Amino acid sequence: MPNYMLLLHDSGTLPPDMSPAEIQAIIQRYIDWRRRVQQGGRTVEGHKLVDGPGRLMRREGSGAAVTDGPYAEAREVIGGLFIVEAGSYEEVVALCQDCPHLDFGTIEIREVQPTT
Amino acid sequence: VSEITALVDNLFRHQSARIVSTLTRAIGGRHLALAEEVVQDALVTALQQWPYRGVPDEPAAWLYRVARNRALDRLRHEQIVGDSAPAVLDAYAMRPGVRQPTALLAGETPPVDDDQLGMMFLTCHPALPGESRVALTLKIVGGFSVSEIARALLAQPSAVAQRLVRAKRLLRERDVPFGPPGAADIVERLGSVLEAIYLMFNEGYAATAGDALVREDISAEAIRLSGLVTRHPRTGVPRAWALLALLLLHAARFRARVSSEGELFLLRDQDRSKWDRPLIAEGLRALDRAASGDEISTYHLEAEIAACHAIAPSWNETDWPRILDCYGRLADLTGSPIVALNRAIALARVEGPLEAIAAVESIVPHPSLATYHLLPAVLAEFWREVGDPDRAAGYYRAALALAGSTPERRFLAARLETLRG
Repeated sequence: MPNYMLLLHDSGTLPPDMSPAEIQAIIQRYIDWRRRVQQGGRTVEGHKLVDGPGRLMRREGSGAAVTDGPYAEAREVIGGLFIVEAGSYEEVVALCQDCPHLDFGTIEIREVQPTT
Repeated sequence: VSEITALVDNLFRHQSARIVSTLTRAIGGRHLALAEEVVQDALVTALQQWPYRGVPDEPAAWLYRVARNRALDRLRHEQIVGDSAPAVLDAYAMRPGVRQPTALLAGETPPVDDDQLGMMFLTCHPALPGESRVALTLKIVGGFSVSEIARALLAQPSAVAQRLVRAKRLLRERDVPFGPPGAADIVERLGSVLEAIYLMFNEGYAATAGDALVREDISAEAIRLSGLVTRHPRTGVPRAWALLALLLLHAARFRARVSSEGELFLLRDQDRSKWDRPLIAEGLRALDRAASGDEISTYHLEAEIAACHAIAPSWNETDWPRILDCYGRLADLTGSPIVALNRAIALARVEGPLEAIAAVESIVPHPSLATYHLLPAVLAEFWREVGDPDRAAGYYRAALALAGSTPERRFLAARLETLRG
């Protein structure tokens, strides 16, 4: 069964003054979502990306130019990613319908090409 | 696949308050704002990481560690401390409350939390106005946000924020030391803590307006804090127990006061089967503990009145002479016109409505009562009992002109309507 990579873009829409209870409630929604997906028999693996720009390299002459990037100037940043095992794009989309992240940003879904 | 850990209710609220208290104790009351900021940072860091990485094995310890490291960075950066700071902080980090987050996860009652109690002596300092004490205690010890406090207190968030800033500045300028004061000051300082808890409960309990859910949380927090005060040997004095008894006995009636449509029920009309019996039993136990000394505080008298109502099978079978006696002593202690008004209600049950009307008329000139809608509302009820619907109607109209909240206005209008039947 193929894996799908879910890139979670944050749009930075969280309110500035959140109470501890409100913060906990948001985390709980993500936990509940992962639990639901796993109970449906699909594994979810999560990775947090370190905040801040990464590095972008490109060939320049005989060496390589390295810049911060690729999204240093973009408002949207990728907060992290999930890898979900699923049968089809349609199934992944269905699994993400109630993903809480849709309230805080966008989800980009890419199918990983199997190695065999 | 590893099992995904769930978070226990209120983990963040209670842990953030606890960590702010522990850090403040370690670095001093003057750095309270810094402690708050680093704890908020730690919560936001959790929000950024836990959805991906899952909940750590010991979430409370994780939050503490992140907040503590952030505090060290800030303190070093601002050159407040030198390299010895980690040792100072960690001496506190090794305290039982911080090292046993699993106990909290299992839903066990946490041990007596000296740090939170110490923090209350800071946030309820007598130099602060009562309103500021309530707001600051809700924010720092209760873990409520500015907007939640504003919703509960019916204030603008900016006004609450400003009140908090001013209060913290005052504490910084005075350099108030952290923790319960010495024997010489404890009576005054404890009085100030109890008063703030009492106000906090009333903010939550008052059936005026505002966000009902937050208000109920705030009353529950006041009960938690007064429990904290009673459990400590130095502060668990009779009047602290009396306050706890009072809050529990009132909270037991919380659900019976308002219908599902938001309509208010007077004590007389409440469905007593909806009263929370276990809470009443706990309140009566607390009142028992309060009786262990010679001291009779206003909390004792108010709790005794609440207990009379709580154990009465009905409005008519209530021990009115005892309530009248309590109100009389309470009026002597406080000189409050509101207490005098309540005394008149008890007097009406014991001696009749005409005597009660005479008693109310003797307190009318007090300026704080001039705009108090319950004064004409009570007179209207007395005149109805006497059998003078015209005078009763006049007072209902006067009360309607002064009443603030919609449920109260609906209630008065309905009472006025029944006179015509």
